[in-house]
Amino acid sequence: MPVIASRLDRASGDFRRNREEMLAKLAELERHLDVARAGGGERYVARHRARGKLLPRERVELLLDRDAPFLELSPLAALGSEYVVGASVVTGVGVVSGVECVVVAHDPTVRGGATNPFTMKKALRAMQIAAENRLPCIQLVESGGADLPRQAEVFVPGGAIFRDLTRLSAAGVPTIALVFGNATAGGAYLPGLCDHVVMVRGQAKVFLGGPPLVRMATGEIAEEEELGGAEMHSRVSGVSDFLAEDERDAIRLGRAIVRRLEWRKSGPGPAGGFEEPLHDAEDLLGLASSDLRRPIDVREVLARIVDGSCLDEFKPLYGANLLTGWASIHGYPVGILANDLGVLFSEEAEKAAQFIQLANRSDTPLVFVQNTTGYMVGRAYEQRGMIKDGSKMINAVSNSTVPHLTLQIGASYGAGNYGMCGRAYGPRFLFVWPNGKTAVMGPQQLAGVLSIVARQSAEAAGKSFDEAQDAALRAVVEEQIERESLAAINSGLLYDDGIIDPRDSRTVLGLALSACHSAPVRGTDAFGVFRM
Amino acid sequence: MPKSSRTPPSAPAPRPIRRLLVANRGEIARRVFRTCREMGIETVAVFSDPDRDAPFVREADVAVRLGGASPAESYLRGDAIVEAARRTGADAIHPGYGFLSEDAGFARKCEDAGLVFVGPPADAIAAMGSKLEAKRRAKEAGVPLLETIAVEGTTPAQRAEAAREAGFPLLVKASAGGGGRGMRIVRDASDLEREIEAAAREAKGAFGDGTLFLEPYLDDARHVEIQVFGDRHGDVVSLFERECSIQRRHQKVVEETPSVAVDDALRERMGAAAVSLARAIGYVGAGTVEFLLGADGRFAFLEVNTRLQVEHPVTECVTGLDLVRLQIEVAEGRPLPDAARRPRRDGHAIEVRLCAEDPEQGFLPTTGTLRRFRFPAGPGLRIDGGVEDGSVIGVDYDPMVAKLIVHAPDRATAVRRLAVAVDAMEIHGLRTNRELLSGILRHPEFLAGRTDTHFLLRNEPAAIVAALRASRATGPLDADAANALAATLAAQAARREEAPTLRSLPSGWRNVPSALQEASWEARLGGGASRRIDVGYRFGRDRLDVRVDGETVSGVRLGACTAREVELEIDGVVRRHSVHLHGPHAWVDGPAGASELVEIDRFPSHAQAVAAGSLLAPMPGKIVRVNVREGDVVADGDELVVLEAMKMEHRVLAPQAGRVAEVRVAPGETVDAGAVLVVIAGEQDSTEAGKGA
Repeated sequence: MPVIASRLDRASGDFRRNREEMLAKLAELERHLDVARAGGGERYVARHRARGKLLPRERVELLLDRDAPFLELSPLAALGSEYVVGASVVTGVGVVSGVECVVVAHDPTVRGGATNPFTMKKALRAMQIAAENRLPCIQLVESGGADLPRQAEVFVPGGAIFRDLTRLSAAGVPTIALVFGNATAGGAYLPGLCDHVVMVRGQAKVFLGGPPLVRMATGEIAEEEELGGAEMHSRVSGVSDFLAEDERDAIRLGRAIVRRLEWRKSGPGPAGGFEEPLHDAEDLLGLASSDLRRPIDVREVLARIVDGSCLDEFKPLYGANLLTGWASIHGYPVGILANDLGVLFSEEAEKAAQFIQLANRSDTPLVFVQNTTGYMVGRAYEQRGMIKDGSKMINAVSNSTVPHLTLQIGASYGAGNYGMCGRAYGPRFLFVWPNGKTAVMGPQQLAGVLSIVARQSAEAAGKSFDEAQDAALRAVVEEQIERESLAAINSGLLYDDGIIDPRDSRTVLGLALSACHSAPVRGTDAFGVFRM
Repeated sequence: MPKSSRTPPSAPAPRPIRRLLVANRGEIARRVFRTCREMGIETVAVFSDPDRDAPFVREADVAVRLGGASPAESYLRGDAIVEAARRTGADAIHPGYGFLSEDAGFARKCEDAGLVFVGPPADAIAAMGSKLEAKRRAKEAGVPLLETIAVEGTTPAQRAEAAREAGFPLLVKASAGGGGRGMRIVRDASDLEREIEAAAREAKGAFGDGTLFLEPYLDDARHVEIQVFGDRHGDVVSLFERECSIQRRHQKVVEETPSVAVDDALRERMGAAAVSLARAIGYVGAGTVEFLLGADGRFAFLEVNTRLQVEHPVTECVTGLDLVRLQIEVAEGRPLPDAARRPRRDGHAIEVRLCAEDPEQGFLPTTGTLRRFRFPAGPGLRIDGGVEDGSVIGVDYDPMVAKLIVHAPDRATAVRRLAVAVDAMEIHGLRTNRELLSGILRHPEFLAGRTDTHFLLRNEPAAIVAALRASRATGPLDADAANALAATLAAQAARREEAPTLRSLPSGWRNVPSALQEASWEARLGGGASRRIDVGYRFGRDRLDVRVDGETVSGVRLGACTAREVELEIDGVVRRHSVHLHGPHAWVDGPAGASELVEIDRFPSHAQAVAAGSLLAPMPGKIVRVNVREGDVVADGDELVVLEAMKMEHRVLAPQAGRVAEVRVAPGETVDAGAVLVVIAGEQDSTEAGKGA
């Protein structure tokens, strides 16, 4: 097996600068995560604990198999918005009773676990991952329902949560609700639509209307417990299958339910006997550049991610700006498409389209390693049919049915984002290094384009062009685009599934690949018409 | 020099033994088989049902099932054993020690069946088997002894009078007894009759004979015994003394030779006394004459053990003789070899008895499955054991599982070697007296040779063990905490090794870490005590975050880490822990000691807890007596139930005054450890408590 030779110079200025910048970015990431972990803050956490309740992450930790890895999803959701980072819900992929599951846990310390637009997006994304990868879905429910002041943004689209939940069940993906507290009004349909339901005695409150609403609606005077207590639902209504004595008991029951699912993954298992990469993942910190002028040697990156640092390159002499090749990660075979130098020409696009078709023939998942400035522009390239070739690549990516994973290790600009399986192209998982930048084009280019357009329109109107004003405007635009392109902001908007420490890339990809193999892994030959 | 004299050969011609049946079990059966293999003698084992898979059964050429579990149903069935010999063509029977070894009737049965009994003649056994008769014969032979008071044929008043004359303390002994059974010290006249009653019951249960006698009890004395050997040609020799002063409940714990209290002149005198008694009763084979040795050098005859002793290996070490071989040769009718007739003494030998018992809880026998049993190799080290990995230690037989014996040029070296060997053993699955043995071997009094029979009364076993533990703990964690950390990491490794998915990913990996992985353990300490230890851990990129009982332990790195072995580096000091996991149980051997741990379930059971006021069986056993009925009012300290286990009676007393709410057992019933025997309602809550809960 061909091993990637490493020629890394750890003493070089670029390496040291990259590393320093990356460590600073990781420290900033930790600060954001601290906010997410703090949930509703000390006061609400203390109040929650005083009620003898566990925090959402504590519930998740207890639910998971001990020592098994857990990949939290969208931890920075709502960053940059008016809502608390994390969006009052914890989601992730983890192992419960030996089964990889998607876990969704409300955080009742943040506005009672109420659903805001980001909560909704994050929960829907987690359920999408459950559906696409056929991962049993476990909801740890304690939510006051829609965040009422923002109900307009949540109420109508939020219906999708219940729709998707029952569609999961219809698709044969088990759904489980462990109800720790409120699940009222629409929220009552969370347990209502799950295959398996556990409610905690004295805590679960599951009703369509609480005592005040019932009184308003019908004049009936009823207590909370008789309307929606765990005991009532377990003994009378049958909404609950199991009555848990306390939170731990509910988690124990949830684990027992999963154990009895007799769940089998549909995809092939990993090959055994693979080797760890030959080179230290620590070096990735010094490889990841935050400046497009300092290129990222993607072979050095892959040598620290793939099994045994082994890579069989495909078409190594053709379209060299895009590396394609076969490797394995934690025993799972993968096809890799990785930008070596950022620009994609016709050759790169054609090479990618062919490689994607080959991967579909052999039912091999694809990993896209993004660091691209987009497709080449200019007279010669347009005349050669850059659009036709770029379209072939986008056609292949869009219609490919093997699992796609996207790892953004640098820039993701222009249509390169599309061709390299950006968010809109439905990769099963998409993770970004902290140095990642995503935008339609680079900040300088975008500001420059705006300036040229403004100059042309001034000239056309016969007006004089204010150079000083233009310079100021360019600076503002550049600053805005730079900010908007930052990984954290994109992550806050849920344009990825999380920002990861580059050193965790292999672990994250391995976990994601394993999750993908819960569903059948099958390629297609049904692509769109390739424009020739 | 020991005296030996020859009488003209009048014995029959030697009759070689071809196939030997050992009417015993465990370590002594294996010990005899070993010599048989060396001598080219075929072997036959007999076994009870619980011993079906025991090593000694496997190691015999042929084995015969006796059936049953209790000794009475198995190893005490002389007829069945003789029949087993007949069926397997054995021509000789070795009785080992205990069981039928000192049963003159059995020896006769063997002779009647034409089998060679590897032991003394039945008459000698009978003479020495009755302790009163033995004393009479000893007195005749001019051996110094303590005067005794008969129990049979006297009224309580007569006994009280005789006892007052002799003075307290007195020792109640079973005439047919051995091994401490049916033996009681009485320090106060008011206790005399009660103890006689209890001793009689115990003796009757153990030996089928409740005959007792009393004798003065020397509070400050050593137990020194002389190994004698006689052949059918009239030769009787002394193979020197063994000191076995360190005893618990009259059972020997540590045995050594030579005794620090015996000089050449005394050795000569004691040897001569022992030989003259043996000669007087026509003794043949291996025997032991036990004496009490006062601090002033005076000694008094105690009794003769007409068999091979448990502690015979120390004599073998210093004399270089194989006592089992000598037994067999003598039984074959051969004369004692010159090596035995002019025995040499070389160096010092010590034996300790490893027993399944809890020294911190009154030496209560422990039972269970021995998950792992490993012992070290070392210079001069010998281990005679009857168990192996997976052996089940039950309630039916003696709790001794193995003997560790060391031979060295001098006492100090022997003690050090043995102490290290005791510590290096891996004994997983049940509590033993290992730490007590280790503590004794390091105790200043023992090192100074101050080893009278009250050693373990003066030095509380719990205190010996505590001192040992304190002396060994180094580093930021004590032995149990370090072992709990090792158990946690081993269990972690086991879970990762067995993970059905994502096995190759880093243990406990998180992209958004929020908590440590956690494990809580209950460390089972001696004396039924326990201690909770909470461990938290997280694997970082290049270190291990550790928290023990809420305190961060810094500077921890992990070397090798598997389900069986954990190498912990703390502040640069590497310590290796050997771990055995079985369900929630973990047994860990670390450099600071061994721990038995039970993991506390993350999801506590909501099954009903035990009712308050419940009295639990301290160990598995059989209910002998139930003194109360439901509704009875009891006082603090009243005897409620008597449980018999491992041949000992254990009294379950009322821990408080109250009313008996429930009686859950009846006499004859067998109960497991922890079973609820009786529920007592306290005086204030006498109506509600015990109604179930």
